[in-house]
Amino acid sequence: MADLFVAKVGDIADRDRRVVADGDLEIGVFRLGDDFFAWENNCPHMGGPVCQGKVMNRVNEVLDDGKKSHGFEFVEADVHIICPWHGFEFNIRTGVHPGESSTQLTKYEVVVRDGDIYVRT
Amino acid sequence: MSDDYKRTYSQIDDWSDSRELLANARKQANQRNFDDVFIVDIDSHISDGGAWPEIMDLVEDPVVRDAASAFGDGSKRGAFLNHTPGLQWQNVWGRIPHGQGLKEPVEDTSVPRDVVLARKSIDQMGLDYQVVFPNALLFLGMHPVPEMEVHLATAYNRWLVERILPEDPRIRAMLYLPFNNPEAAEATVKRFLGKPGVAGFLVTSSRHKPVHANEYMRLYAMLEEAGQVLGFHTHLNWQDEYTSQLNRFISMHAISFVLCNLVHLTNWVINGLPERFPKLNVMWIESGVAWLSFAMQRLDHEYMMRTSEAPLLKKLPSEYMRDMFYTTQPMERSNEALLAATMEGVNASSQMLYASDWPHWDFDLPSVIWDLPFLDETAKRNILGYNAARLFNLDIPERYSALAAE
Repeated sequence: MADLFVAKVGDIADRDRRVVADGDLEIGVFRLGDDFFAWENNCPHMGGPVCQGKVMNRVNEVLDDGKKSHGFEFVEADVHIICPWHGFEFNIRTGVHPGESSTQLTKYEVVVRDGDIYVRT
Repeated sequence: MSDDYKRTYSQIDDWSDSRELLANARKQANQRNFDDVFIVDIDSHISDGGAWPEIMDLVEDPVVRDAASAFGDGSKRGAFLNHTPGLQWQNVWGRIPHGQGLKEPVEDTSVPRDVVLARKSIDQMGLDYQVVFPNALLFLGMHPVPEMEVHLATAYNRWLVERILPEDPRIRAMLYLPFNNPEAAEATVKRFLGKPGVAGFLVTSSRHKPVHANEYMRLYAMLEEAGQVLGFHTHLNWQDEYTSQLNRFISMHAISFVLCNLVHLTNWVINGLPERFPKLNVMWIESGVAWLSFAMQRLDHEYMMRTSEAPLLKKLPSEYMRDMFYTTQPMERSNEALLAATMEGVNASSQMLYASDWPHWDFDLPSVIWDLPFLDETAKRNILGYNAARLFNLDIPERYSALAAE
């Protein structure tokens, strides 16, 4: 087990990521506020570079009390990374697909030490 | 991966290099040793928007060719095309950048841009051949000006045969048949048959002319005589009365991309065309796999009760379906047992051919076939390449000869 240097804390903006490689292993480290999350850059669907995708909030459909639809809204609390190959979405905090909970990203541990971010491989 | 390409690991956007986008495909090819697997991609699409002015210069009618300049602020871009709402939604509202087409800058100007892009995907996916088909023509069967189908298709076929196919023997094409005009379709076969790189001929399935109409019999006989493959390439139609009720792209795409081929295949079988043209190889492209088990069971069920309405048939509809060919993409695989049953039902080992549909939003990599746990290695190699080699008479590189599937 080794700590792979990713970036300095200030180098990754909120809702952004840095993808690093250790041989064939690629890991994306994401920042949401002061929290960091690391996921393998390998989509469980077809192996796409999921961590190099677009970051967007989860979409919800708005229903009123009468069950009538009033279109879509973004859910601020749920930030997703979206695989650029086929659009599979995953919650950046949990790594879980919003529509099928057994479809998940592979997690890695993040270590922040003296202002530097490492991922434990 | 090309030796001179250095990964960036940056966010993928509309302008990303497709070698970056497909880097994991190359990794999969290495992990599975695809350099020892003969692979043919039967259906990929070239990003032809930038080449459209050049294609318009190949329109043979002088009046139409001249009028092309009236489009695209004089650039001829998009001239005469009948794009309909829907295709631009492929990128899932911005989530899948290549769903809007590859916009990457290309430095190599020694060959057409489309050749450079095709070579990148061939190298990254580990392909031996790639059969390309133009994006722009997928709608053409629904053009409100019927003669425009002939003008544009002829220009496009010339562009492929004269400018694209000579550049790389790995790139092949199925040429567009202007099917709404049977005589023009026959002329297309006569004109382009045997040209280097021409793999076969293709009908885009979004159209309203039934495939069993008598005026097509001479065309089918011509293709059968020439030993050419006739493909039916599916596409969307969001304007039909039924599909126009579908308010989301997901719904329209799921239904429409199957519906048109389902209608054409049903007409093809029930009207006895396999009996009339028993040696004509017919291939159904880009409707996925799941629809086949439905069609086989449904048609067999009704045929046993209404045999008098299909008197040309000498066996069950499903048996004719087992003689036809199908591309695999987009391969539905959320239920492995259903997929396995469907593939067994159509004799996938001899009748299915891998297709990527790259760079569209629901493309499949060769690993999708290679990783199926219920297929033996012979079936995998057949689907990935040897069925295509047999059907299209493709040369198999010598290094594979010792590995040829039975």
